[in-house]
Amino acid sequence: MEIALDLLSWALLLVGGFFAIAGGIGVVRLPDFYTRLHASGVTDTGAAYFILAGLMIQGGLSIITVKLVLIGFFMFFSNPTSTYSLAAAAHRSGMAPLDGAGGPNKPEPVEKSLAEPIEPIEPTPTKPGGAPPSQP
Amino acid sequence: MSLSAVLFGVWLLLSGHYTPILLGLGVISTLFAVAIALRMDVVDHEGHPLHLGLRILGYLPWLMFQILRANLDVARRVLGPTLAISPRMFRVRATQRTDLGRVIFANSITLTPGTVSVELEGSEILVHALTADAANDLREGTMNRLVVGVEGHE
Amino acid sequence: MALGGTEMFAAAALAILATMALALVRAISGPTVYDRVLAVNMMTTKTTLLIALLGFLAGRPEFLDIALVYALINFVSVIAVLRLFGRRV
Repeated sequence: MEIALDLLSWALLLVGGFFAIAGGIGVVRLPDFYTRLHASGVTDTGAAYFILAGLMIQGGLSIITVKLVLIGFFMFFSNPTSTYSLAAAAHRSGMAPLDGAGGPNKPEPVEKSLAEPIEPIEPTPTKPGGAPPSQP
Repeated sequence: MSLSAVLFGVWLLLSGHYTPILLGLGVISTLFAVAIALRMDVVDHEGHPLHLGLRILGYLPWLMFQILRANLDVARRVLGPTLAISPRMFRVRATQRTDLGRVIFANSITLTPGTVSVELEGSEILVHALTADAANDLREGTMNRLVVGVEGHE
Repeated sequence: MALGGTEMFAAAALAILATMALALVRAISGPTVYDRVLAVNMMTTKTTLLIALLGFLAGRPEFLDIALVYALINFVSVIAVLRLFGRRV
């Protein structure tokens, strides 16, 4: 039992480390600011939660776990908020996002989707390869 | 007031000391913090949304699963030999009635890697998505509906 | 704690350090100020995790309190920096 829990927590720690490095590589590799936000999101959610979960298992039922839960709680609320304010500040400063697969900057690729009211439920047909849900 | 109770609970958990003098100090510091919050006029119904209660607990596992799925997807694309991304910006409708609901929705969007909410404009959210799949997932509106469910009827 | 426990903490801490190095690359090279703030924000979240891991590595759970405070300060600092640049831009 002890061993099984240890193995589980090691696996969680390793997965967390993997996500952290993946996010770090993404932040260096992705082409523009907005796409880098997503890579940073990977380290903020995947890496953080997995590592915290791994530590919680090591902590057992104690004050340690409570503190880890609190850290996770604060991260859960503060990270998306700071990411949002970062994105909003960049957007307000007039930074244009890349369009398509790393194509050139277009001034405002959003406007046309503004004109048509967004249909909330209609499942948008995608290209054959990309069935929207359940792609690992 | 529930804010005081929550703060004192947190204080108790973190200190781990239960002698009278330290408990007294805890009560004092809790009241001090609440007094400052009242003076700054930041205490309101939204600040500590206890009224959402258990409904949010039903939403969190789903959100966590989505976060995991999106994490794997983004990690795979980032590490792949060619960056298989097609970034785009679009708007989604947020049909929540309250500001708190919209905030939960926008934060959920940001928490899911692959989509980041960039701007809240009334009942629409400007979203930046890393891939077409992530964008379409969000456009389907499942997350929006679930957050409306969390909001409940008041 | 069974065999190899600390090695695992060390491995995770090394991964975090590698990520911080990558974030630092972005912070130095980042073309816009927002890239730099993003990288610094990332570094601070990773610092929180790193402190927690080091607490386990050193067998001193008090480190968690520091990590907790760091998680809180991080948020405030990002907002403050954005206010600063928001006014200037």
